[in-house]
Amino acid sequence: MSILVDKETRLIVQGFTGREGTFHATQMIDYGTRVVGGVTPGKGGQTHLDRPVFNTVKEAVEQEGANSSVIFVPPPYAADGILESIAAGIRLVVCITEGIPVQDMIKVNEVLHKSDTRLIGPNCPGIISPGKAKIGIMPGFIHQQGSIGIISRSGTLTYEAVAQVGAVGYGQSTSVGIGGDPIVGTSYIDLLSMFEDDEQTEAVIMIGEIGGTAEEEAADWAKKHFSKPIISFIAGQTAPPGRRMGHAGAIISGGKGTATEKMAALSEAGIHVVKNPAEIGMKVKQVLS
Amino acid sequence: MKIHEYQAKEILRRYNVAIPEGKVAYSPEEAEKIAKELGTAVVVVKAQIHAGGRGKGGGVKLAKSPAEAKDLAKQILGMQLVTHQTGPEGREVKRILIEQGMNIARELYVGLVTDRGTGRNVFMVSTEGGMEIEKVAAETPEKIVKEYIDPAVGLQPYQIRNLAFALGLEGKQVKSATKFLSSLYQAFEGSDASLAEINPMVVTAEGEVLALDAKMNFDDNALFRHPDIVEYRDPDEEDPMELEAGKFDLNYIKLDGNVGCMVNGAGLAMGTMDIIKHYGGEPANFLDVGGVANAETVANGFRIIVSDPNVKAILINIFGGIVRCDRVAQGIIDALSSIDVKIPVVVRLAGTNAEEAAVLLNGSDLEFIVAENLDDAASKAVAAVKQ
Repeated sequence: MSILVDKETRLIVQGFTGREGTFHATQMIDYGTRVVGGVTPGKGGQTHLDRPVFNTVKEAVEQEGANSSVIFVPPPYAADGILESIAAGIRLVVCITEGIPVQDMIKVNEVLHKSDTRLIGPNCPGIISPGKAKIGIMPGFIHQQGSIGIISRSGTLTYEAVAQVGAVGYGQSTSVGIGGDPIVGTSYIDLLSMFEDDEQTEAVIMIGEIGGTAEEEAADWAKKHFSKPIISFIAGQTAPPGRRMGHAGAIISGGKGTATEKMAALSEAGIHVVKNPAEIGMKVKQVLS
Repeated sequence: MKIHEYQAKEILRRYNVAIPEGKVAYSPEEAEKIAKELGTAVVVVKAQIHAGGRGKGGGVKLAKSPAEAKDLAKQILGMQLVTHQTGPEGREVKRILIEQGMNIARELYVGLVTDRGTGRNVFMVSTEGGMEIEKVAAETPEKIVKEYIDPAVGLQPYQIRNLAFALGLEGKQVKSATKFLSSLYQAFEGSDASLAEINPMVVTAEGEVLALDAKMNFDDNALFRHPDIVEYRDPDEEDPMELEAGKFDLNYIKLDGNVGCMVNGAGLAMGTMDIIKHYGGEPANFLDVGGVANAETVANGFRIIVSDPNVKAILINIFGGIVRCDRVAQGIIDALSSIDVKIPVVVRLAGTNAEEAAVLLNGSDLEFIVAENLDDAASKAVAAVKQ
């Protein structure tokens, strides 16, 4: 098994005919993801990458049985893109777009929680189940199928973890980037819960960063409900307070959201925390052998 | 994005939030003129910098006449105002706000932020006006009353009443506060603020509720729909190197160390800073060159990093996904050929086309320290500084 994405996935690309959408749709198709079409309002009826273009998500669902969507729509329109997919009954929405206003995400969040849709992101690299499918922008070739689940708020730092795990002989069941924004659709806890039930997954790497309390909440939950080993790294141990470190959500505000607090909470919950990001792979090997 | 108090008050005035009469001044003469126009027995002269604690630092003074306002303006304009938020070097005061004095009966706290846990905006009030809310939250959390706002229906009248009564307001004050709080929420939501803090919100002896101080921060991601707020940007309040980096769409934050870093991706950039520290070094900066690291962004990144005189070595850490390492390598070679870099440069390139990149770097006659992996890169960079 694996979580969220597999051979049953029927994916559409919102922002299909744009530069980003075209590039990454091609990469996803090459990786083996079943991309059944895309949506670009006003270009419905055209064909792009040998696949149909629709004006609306609803049409893509009705005509191609789409059940998943990946969003490359620019920030001012991305929240609307998510809401359109929720309304059309898409099961899984992955929003890659970085830079969506927080007040827009507050509205999305409200509708999302009253729906059956799962949103990954925004501001994330997406999801990959190596050897099966990927919905996102991560380089497929660095991954290999295996037993490690990965959950991360970062993009390239996740690739770093994937490479390190690969170097010590392990692959990934599914790797999920949950996004670097203050409000995201899916939490560590949601995914830990899925990895708990996934037979392929033997251990999970949790990559966190400064800002918010998502890592602390996950630590608290995992202590009670998660039976597999977790290896964790928190980025931003040297970040100054009050500064937004690239990601909109990576900020220590009012003295809260520091790496120190997060690492303490994770350790207290029995999670294997590494201080050095170069030791993620070695720690996985040590814990599993 | 941060703005000055007087700018925040201009926004609040547009949304009908009650504020004292006042105007910004850039010279003692202007200060005197404004004080005359206000015509109140007392005026307040307030230093305008992007930092809290201005009163304690000597940046807020009372004047009993326009002539005294002029004298105080002379003292405050041009001073290096040091507060707990500015660091020991302080911040030069270039603007002052001249405001009518108030007959204050009570000082209260009102704040609005987005709560990440619930994904909702939250209104917070406290009777402990004038104190730092973090301190109140840590010591007497029961004194903070909160109302979470449901985005489907917005702020409701009963919530405003809850807040007003929690503040111990009565009679005419309740009506005044109700208008104040609902207008403040409209200002917060309407301007895509990430913070609106009125500390203190005062009740006057006459029973009016006003914003004595005002602090507003804004969501950078929403500035595209607020060109009027972008106009408020004060370059004097920003680090000149960060400002320069911003022109090239580079995400740069200056730090105090001596190992310069150039990394793609915010998480990996923070992780790189952390590992430098882990090996006993100190990072000089955070620099995320983003998802489109090419020859131009790399060259611009180099210029920014070496313009910091503290930097004694540079660590380039790129994990290529969409970014092709061979292009980054060519960018590094081009940049080093055109910019005079006299300090050691440690390069670690992994991911897409890393092997082709290694061939390029090894084949050039420029001097690099090539690193195998993250660990190797960090230890070599820290060692290079110590030599």
